Amino acid sequence: MPQPLDYLKETPSQTAGPYVHIGLAPGAAGFDIYRRELGWDIAGPEAPGERIRIEGVVHDGTGAPVKDVMLEVWQADAAGIHAHPDDPRHEAVAPGFRGWGRVITDFDTGLWGFDSIKPGPVVGRDGRIMAPHISLWIVARGINIGLNTRIYFDDEDNSADPVLALIEQADRRQTLLARKTAPGRYRFDIRLQGDGETVFLDI
Amino acid sequence: MTPAEYYQRDRTWQPPALAPDYKTSVARSPGLPLLSLRNSLSEITGPVFGHGDIDATDNDLIRNYAKTGDPVGERIIVHGRVLDEDARPVPGTLVEIWQANAGGRYRHKKDTYLAPIDPNFGGCGRTLTDDQGHYAFRTVKPGAYPWRNWVNNWRPAHIHVSVFGRAFVQRLITQLYFEGDPLIAQCPIVQAIPDPRAVEQLIAPLDMNAAVPLDCLAYRFDIVLRGRRSTLFENRLEGN
Ligand SMILES: [Fe+3]
Repeated sequence: MPQPLDYLKETPSQTAGPYVHIGLAPGAAGFDIYRRELGWDIAGPEAPGERIRIEGVVHDGTGAPVKDVMLEVWQADAAGIHAHPDDPRHEAVAPGFRGWGRVITDFDTGLWGFDSIKPGPVVGRDGRIMAPHISLWIVARGINIGLNTRIYFDDEDNSADPVLALIEQADRRQTLLARKTAPGRYRFDIRLQGDGETVFLDI
Repeated sequence: MTPAEYYQRDRTWQPPALAPDYKTSVARSPGLPLLSLRNSLSEITGPVFGHGDIDATDNDLIRNYAKTGDPVGERIIVHGRVLDEDARPVPGTLVEIWQANAGGRYRHKKDTYLAPIDPNFGGCGRTLTDDQGHYAFRTVKPGAYPWRNWVNNWRPAHIHVSVFGRAFVQRLITQLYFEGDPLIAQCPIVQAIPDPRAVEQLIAPLDMNAAVPLDCLAYRFDIVLRGRRSTLFENRLEGN
């Protein structure tokens, strides 16, 4: 026998279930408990950049809207800087900018939406520039392990983006593009399965 | 210097997206392969939380919603450490929990189970790990509850647990189960995890050393997040 490797194993994921709101958005579950719920203010009022709103619906494999989903978003500021110490430029991040948000769907329609600022391009691996994007993490009843994807923008030049370029079937790239519907407003629908299935990432 | 990437997720240890015995997963699981991506700055960063975000009493579910007295149920402490796969503590990370009350009923407008709401129990808590990755909650042991899957499925008693870690790639939601519960072996959600050793990682043992005499029992639950490469023989990750 070789020497044992003594790494621990990552804790297995389990579904967030239908009552995820109790823990992560109790106001939506129907009660008031915390002084302040987390994740409703992504960019803060001071950060420079284009103010945007993104809305969408998550659809299951039958096309039905998923009404008990929770999404978390993570993004850079308008200069492409993350509010995190591992970003080499983090000390220059926009004032009040956090870059993280938590979004739940309307229980009747499945519509979700959040307000933020449009992120700037981010320096990727090997110095290649990634087009402006927002990272997304999706959990719900029936989702055993959170799904990762990215939101890009259809009014940006995405042609040199190294992540979109990895998608072998070129027509699937558009599943990651938010469509501009009005100034500062975008639509981003997600399909968990079947026709037009969103490209999900193993990051 | 730019920071290193995280170890790839062991997808054979994690439950697959499609677990047919857990019926809701059938239409909510991607059918196409995930696109594997090496970490960039967008993945190795993630939200940072501090003591300004939460209150010191948010981790006491026996008191954080009490109106007329303590909630009904078996009083317990749930505590443990958040570590990474290299057994290094993850300090200052946000841990959030939610659960049913002692009768198995959630305080949620969508839960219509016949067990009563407890007027003194909200069912959620949150805290930050300390310098050594420790966290602790005080609560009551949740009850098992029935759910629509097969005709007569019951969830084992469980607490939902959400952890952030340092990076967006470490984000994790899981469930804590309790030692000795016979419903664990029958639960299609638990049994979606293929490896029985991985299931054991979700079962908190009774921890009498942390129990408080004449007050409450305790369970221990350590959480492991993805580890991180050191930069041996590594080209630079970012071009800065
Ligand atoms: Fe539950």
